[in-house]
Amino acid sequence: MTAATAAPARKLRQKVRPSRIVLGVVAIVLALIWVFPVYWMVNSSLLPNVVLQNSTPTWLPFGGSFDNFTAVIDGGTFFPALGMSLTIALITVVVCLAFAFLAALAISRFRFRGRTSFVLAVLLIQMLPAEGLFIAQYKLMGSLGLLNSVIGVSILYIAAVVPFTIWMLRGFVAGIPADLEEAAMVDGLSRTQAFLRITFPLLAPGLVASGVYAFLQAWNEFTVALVILQENSSQTLPLWLRGFIQQSASRATDWGQVMAASTLVAVPVIIFFLIVQGRMTSGLVSGAVKG
Amino acid sequence: MTTTQQTPAATGRPARPARSPKQGAPRPRKRQLAPYALLLPAIVILLVALGYPIVWQFVTAMQHFGLAQQFGKPAAFVWFQNYITLFSDSYTWVVVARSIAFCLVTAFVTVVIGVGMALLMNAVGKTVRIILQVALLLAWAMPVVAAMTVWNWLFDWRRGLINNVLSSWGLDFQGHNWLQNPLSFFFVAMIIVVWMSVPFVAFSVYAGLTQVSGEVLEAAQMDGAKGFQRLRYIILPMIRPVLGIVLLLQIIWDLRVFTQIKLLQDKGSIASETNLLGTYIYQLGVGSSDFAMASAVSVFVLILTVALSWFYVRSLIKEDES
Repeated sequence: MTAATAAPARKLRQKVRPSRIVLGVVAIVLALIWVFPVYWMVNSSLLPNVVLQNSTPTWLPFGGSFDNFTAVIDGGTFFPALGMSLTIALITVVVCLAFAFLAALAISRFRFRGRTSFVLAVLLIQMLPAEGLFIAQYKLMGSLGLLNSVIGVSILYIAAVVPFTIWMLRGFVAGIPADLEEAAMVDGLSRTQAFLRITFPLLAPGLVASGVYAFLQAWNEFTVALVILQENSSQTLPLWLRGFIQQSASRATDWGQVMAASTLVAVPVIIFFLIVQGRMTSGLVSGAVKG
Repeated sequence: MTTTQQTPAATGRPARPARSPKQGAPRPRKRQLAPYALLLPAIVILLVALGYPIVWQFVTAMQHFGLAQQFGKPAAFVWFQNYITLFSDSYTWVVVARSIAFCLVTAFVTVVIGVGMALLMNAVGKTVRIILQVALLLAWAMPVVAAMTVWNWLFDWRRGLINNVLSSWGLDFQGHNWLQNPLSFFFVAMIIVVWMSVPFVAFSVYAGLTQVSGEVLEAAQMDGAKGFQRLRYIILPMIRPVLGIVLLLQIIWDLRVFTQIKLLQDKGSIASETNLLGTYIYQLGVGSSDFAMASAVSVFVLILTVALSWFYVRSLIKEDES
């Protein structure tokens, strides 16, 4: 919202004070409802099981401890799953960025036959549901002997993430005027040099944003992992967490520990998401201004 | 990767305005080999990981798969027999109807709440708006499986908070199992999906609302338009494009909802009574190794998704070219 359009709108609102207070209260209540599950996860993770078994809820984690976290980590299955998740996510990010970047370059810096069809295909592919493909992907990985392997899942993740990353990076590349590159070429740089010295540094925010997107996708993915990584030894973190839900079906669960496990998986993602959310927006805005 | 797709689509969408008019003009190249070389890696991985499976699925959906095929016997080609079997089975229609009903209701509720929140953000002061936005961002950032463990814990029949609070209000909910009855199972699933999806809708629509010009609103007010009239005749028409896209995306995403349903089923409800399309495919393919039938349902889901997505993609392209 630009300042010019915002000012009159604000003036309008100030005339209706009482209703604004009511609206404020409604907004706060909604905010509390939406944040509550996240809060409840952290709260429960700090409380001992004896307290959680009580039928009167304990709303604040007074007298809480990190015992649940130590118990989960000492359980011995957390770190293998973490390692698996990190490896897959990093492979996905690196390969996906490389491939998507080249493709984004092609569609925003060149005009060629089939360009529009490619963009169209990329956008359509990006909408394809994993649920409509996982059986075939399972058979494919089975015949390649890549079930339960990092490589197998990474290939599927890269393919799933690449289309949207191309679309995202394309916006960033297009935001950097090609004239800049051409001016550098007039000054005697080769096309590659001009690209590496001029365009590439300007693209950094875009690459960071797209990289984070790919990372979060791979880190959180559940469906494909469930089908391809069926062995316990090859679990990623989402599958590892699912194990706790399954256990809770048959016997009384130590929910404190389950919530500690969830917190371990969620908190890094939330922090990452919150930091990058702002940076992505500023990167996008600066791109728009320069373009 | 579908489960958290809401996140990227929103963060990526602002990328579109960042395009330069200069890109519109074709730059002459000597030989047009470079762009194809640049596209090659992406195309290869898409062909391997998505192209081949799609083709395999179309072929397999026309074969007969039984126990014998699991031991290496080549499958017989039966053309469209599997589709006929599939769609003459009333259970398929139950699952399809259930999925469509679930997806439409959930998408509609999500959009209504999301638009409401966007209007709220627009109407309240800055502090309150930021509080609401932070709360929504936190919910949005939650990994889907972590969110599912929390919701499973909230609705746990033994010690879950929901039952405890309802009981303390004098209602008889002690030991009530929400996931046993299919109807309340889907009610719980809907609450969870709505909770996860509303932030995306709210932020997208809020971004659209900030484009509505204050002058127009003021002019309308001077002409005597009441609050509701301004909403109905000025704000809503102006944000209609955003609304359309957001509703369509919600329908597409909710149609293929899998993770939430699967993880609620894991808690011990009867799968056959609570299957949606995603879990049905999983049960056919991974559960009972009937790859032909699983492929047939997958093909159905793919075609449905592509048909729905077509409108979305077209609007993206149109906006991109304008």
